[in-house]
Amino acid sequence: MTLDEVLKGLFPGGHDVKTSKDGWITGHGKRRDGGPIAVIGVANGVPLGAAGVLPLAEHVLGVVEKGGDTPILVLVDTEGQLMARREEMIGLNEYLAHLAKCLLLASQHGHRTVGLEYGRASAGAFLATALATDSLVGLPGAEPAVMDLPSMARVTKLPEDKLKELAKTTPVFAPGLDHLAQTGAVAEIWDPAKPLDGQLEAALRNAGQKDVRDQLGAERKGRPAAAKVARQVIAAATGQTHDAAAA
Amino acid sequence: MMEDTATRAQASWFQATARQRIDGLLDPGSFTEFLGPAERVQSPHLALFDLPAAFDDGVVIGRGTLDGKGVLLAAQEGQFMGGTFGEVSGAKIVGLLRAARDAAGGGNGKDDLPRAVLLLLDSGGVRLQEANAGELAVAEVMRAVVEARSNGVAVVALVGGKSGAFGGAGLTAATCSRIVVSEEGRIGVSGPEVIETNKGVEEFDAANKALVWSVVGGKNRRLIGGADAFAADTMSGFREAAIAVLGKVPPFDLKTLKAEQARLAGRHSKLGGCDDAVGMWKVLGIKNPPAVRDMDEDAFTGIADRLKEANHDAR
Amino acid sequence: METLKIKHTAKSRLAGKKDQAIIGVVASGNLEVLLERVLPDTRCEVDIATTAEGFDDTWKAVVADFVERRSPGGLRISINDGGARPDTVYLRLMQGAALMEAE
Repeated sequence: MTLDEVLKGLFPGGHDVKTSKDGWITGHGKRRDGGPIAVIGVANGVPLGAAGVLPLAEHVLGVVEKGGDTPILVLVDTEGQLMARREEMIGLNEYLAHLAKCLLLASQHGHRTVGLEYGRASAGAFLATALATDSLVGLPGAEPAVMDLPSMARVTKLPEDKLKELAKTTPVFAPGLDHLAQTGAVAEIWDPAKPLDGQLEAALRNAGQKDVRDQLGAERKGRPAAAKVARQVIAAATGQTHDAAAA
Repeated sequence: MMEDTATRAQASWFQATARQRIDGLLDPGSFTEFLGPAERVQSPHLALFDLPAAFDDGVVIGRGTLDGKGVLLAAQEGQFMGGTFGEVSGAKIVGLLRAARDAAGGGNGKDDLPRAVLLLLDSGGVRLQEANAGELAVAEVMRAVVEARSNGVAVVALVGGKSGAFGGAGLTAATCSRIVVSEEGRIGVSGPEVIETNKGVEEFDAANKALVWSVVGGKNRRLIGGADAFAADTMSGFREAAIAVLGKVPPFDLKTLKAEQARLAGRHSKLGGCDDAVGMWKVLGIKNPPAVRDMDEDAFTGIADRLKEANHDAR
Repeated sequence: METLKIKHTAKSRLAGKKDQAIIGVVASGNLEVLLERVLPDTRCEVDIATTAEGFDDTWKAVVADFVERRSPGGLRISINDGGARPDTVYLRLMQGAALMEAE
């Protein structure tokens, strides 16, 4: 789906969401009940760099400053972080982390945050946007990837065919929306044939402050160990037995 | 014995293993490990790739004391799989931060857990063999850092290992309350080799060591405000710096993030047009910027500690 | 990956009070050795997981040398190996035994 189609489907009651020439999305949409939802995002698959982070983070901070409980939608179609020497030189890691922190702050102030993955996403830009929300949903056709299979084949020194074969039995490394859903990163994959505004309302109802992604990954068998290990650590730190923590 | 202690305090942080760093950093004999190697909490995925596991999956976690005060601590082993975030290694850090968060928030009925967490980062980022789980672990770590900070826990990143803090580790560092870095510590998102491979040697010549250090190295990070303290590459150097920064950390709230927004916007307009690091240092007001590279710690710290951009509570 | 289990009878219990120790890091050409005092006083078992296949005899020889030299009775030794040379393996085993002897 194109961004226009997505926006039309999300906000049949209207919106003032704009995409800058550089691909930064900001604005507000009208929810079913007439209330506002703030929107930020990255369009056209452009890479996210320091300059892109600033208007998006500013929009989020504006929502928090205004108060209330206006939710925030993060639309994501980016090839990843901007790979350039100058970006690294001025501290891109701080910029990307800043955007993530702004979204997490909003969540703590009672603004539900939902990420919608409708195009590409990878690596650092993924962490700064979609993965910093309370709940991430995806549209079929979206192509999130931490790294593409050819690059992964280079790093792991395994042939691509072998990796494709492995991907069938373990979703832990291979790109794609389904695999990320299995690991718990993507809470739900939307049905584009149904009205998007209704699905957005459902996603907002399901979004909570508590991070349940590791539990989701365990239930869906895509991340077998993470939730258990985190619980074991908490038990060890607080002096409970592991068995009590597992119960 | 005295000599042993003194020698150990001067040992290189860069060269050390995660366990040696913990020994050198904390008060002697104070460390208690959680989920230690004998429990064999290791990666269930590496065998698929015909790779050896590690008994601790490359992360050592536990509690101890620093200058008499309690701390929780996680240390990445940069020599094992590049210190990467995998499903298990990541979840160990997540669990530690959640324990600190809950204790500080009164959530788990245990309020004797320390209100400080030290993250000894030494990581190239996400472990590609477990890419989805690793990426998600970083996201969970970042969220847990923020939640812990909101409950009043100080979370401090220490960066000075061979693998630096790149990718998810670079973002994790910048999510913390404070960052301590040594000259050898490198912090970034895309590593120089990754940029060279994807964008060409004209964009970033990863073989040019001086260039690499000037871009991602500890001195540049400290000068532009990307790190809050500069440590000598020794156990005692990191110990002293960690003790100092723990004394006062910024709260995690709207005021802090608005200040960070202003700080980062200011940096972008001020330094965004510079061609190289020396150019940036000149704009920052350093009198003889090319001399920064060879400056010793005292001289460098003297300059960095007086620089407006380098000293802030906007993180 | 290859796994290998080597069992020995040791002359005596390894001195010291430490219950466990770990030395080394899993990396190319390096290994980690975990020592646990969990066996009867005259037994020693070594479990090895290694990336280098087909070196069973070398492992057996190195471990036999170590057992002869240190008599590590009571120890279960577990190894994750990233393809270390025999001299490195021997060095880590000796370092591990020394750690276990600490008070």
